[in-house]
Amino acid sequence: MANPLKCDLCSKPATVHLTQILDNKVHKVDLCEDCAQEKGVTDPSGFSLADLLLKASLNPETSTASGVRCEQCGFTPNDFKKQGRFGCPACYDAFKGILDPMLEGMHKGTVHSGKVPQKALERKSLYDRLTKLEGDLSEAIKAERYEDAARCRDEINQVRQAVGQKQR
Amino acid sequence: MTIGSLIDTPSELTDSASSKSAIVLMTRIRLARNLAGHPFPGWAKPAQREKVLEACTEAVTATTSMKRGLSVGVDDLGELEKRILVERHLISRELSGSKQGSGVVISKDQACSVMINEEDHLRIQMLRAGFQLKKTWSAINDMDSALEDSLDFAFSSTLGYLTACPTNLGTGMRASAMMHLPAMVIANQMEKVVRAVNQLGMVVRGLFGEGSDASGSIFQISNQTTLGESEEEILKRLSGVLQSIIEHELNARARLLEQDSGKLFDKIGRAYGILQNGHVLSSNEAMNLLSLIRLGVDLGVFPDAKRSVTDRLFIEAQPGHLQYAQKGEFEAGQRDLLRAQRLRSEFANFARPDFTLSSIGNN
Repeated sequence: MANPLKCDLCSKPATVHLTQILDNKVHKVDLCEDCAQEKGVTDPSGFSLADLLLKASLNPETSTASGVRCEQCGFTPNDFKKQGRFGCPACYDAFKGILDPMLEGMHKGTVHSGKVPQKALERKSLYDRLTKLEGDLSEAIKAERYEDAARCRDEINQVRQAVGQKQR
Repeated sequence: MTIGSLIDTPSELTDSASSKSAIVLMTRIRLARNLAGHPFPGWAKPAQREKVLEACTEAVTATTSMKRGLSVGVDDLGELEKRILVERHLISRELSGSKQGSGVVISKDQACSVMINEEDHLRIQMLRAGFQLKKTWSAINDMDSALEDSLDFAFSSTLGYLTACPTNLGTGMRASAMMHLPAMVIANQMEKVVRAVNQLGMVVRGLFGEGSDASGSIFQISNQTTLGESEEEILKRLSGVLQSIIEHELNARARLLEQDSGKLFDKIGRAYGILQNGHVLSSNEAMNLLSLIRLGVDLGVFPDAKRSVTDRLFIEAQPGHLQYAQKGEFEAGQRDLLRAQRLRSEFANFARPDFTLSSIGNN
């Protein structure tokens, strides 16, 4: 409690703290006096925290991430504003700047501490290794470094075997 | 397995052997999972949805839990069939209204269902009758690990499982208990409970999830947040909240009996009379009357064995089940007549209330 809360919109010290329950969901927001004035928070009847939070973090003018687009799927911050959902897993990287401030009020923490898909991750690291080795192999062949090429081929065979064991 | 035979098979919820729990009717956990490198269902093009549906269906039907289960595309289900699956909590309303390229796989005992291309690629769900958070988690954890053998889930080391909506990030887990809380409803305490539960980071909803009302004094209580805590921590916190709600409900029952037993017995006795003799019953009224009978069972007014009858009727009095049993579609007015008829025949031989035995049922 010793840490003074920062304003959710501009990170000045927050002096206005609001909690609103909408459809049984709790929304919390902390604002500095200026932002509270500007957003009309002083009139609680005609305003929704959920709207404010969403608009504040996604408004292209105030957002540092304007013009961002997910390279994988073409999703834009505007699409998120409309749908409230992301386009693909890679959006989480593309829109990190928008997401991070949003997450703080949304969850207990901002870092995952639960189950990890161990098998899938091992499989992925094997695939990544395979891709790299295949690149090395073709380079070695191109440069006529046949000893290196042979070593790559051996390693590739080993990794392929490991991949085979991981799959049922 | 076909949808017809699935509907005719008793489910985890309607199974009479499982209704021993006085306050928690059902425990349910769902996990949201997505495939790496594929757009989420709401943003995917039809061809991409089909591809994901195919890959997921293959992986899900290959698991041991789904042996001899039902696998069906949402387009291949009739309106009535979808309604029944929603009433049994096996699919969501969102899935039942979804367009092409969505499907569901349901285990033979209807304890496990996996929705494909709902909000996320996969929504894995496990149901258990009664208060069974640990067992349900262990079952769904195994199912999830089995799917991981053949599917590459979208996962980030900092954000956990990546989901279409950031509110499900991290564990992707929503655990909930369906609770019967008639005494707190009668004593007007639910609003207070909802507020307290919200402050503890949990959510209270009606019988059929978001936006549904709490007919029959049945509520679903679930975790709100999914990121920053492990599954076990979330379940422990939820379990603590549920325990304290159970205690409050038992206290409220004791208080009602002590201060106002005449009024309480009157409610239960009238419910019995209407169920035995009524001719027009809306779904909502039927739920509220059945809720009072169930409370009567818990208090010892009716024999313990009758709890399973009320639990079965909670589901069979729903519009979808009622119409399916009558083999046709009926308007609301006709349904109310049919529902009353059905309940009259169920209650014709139901034990008479005995108000002398009353004590607080143990949970």
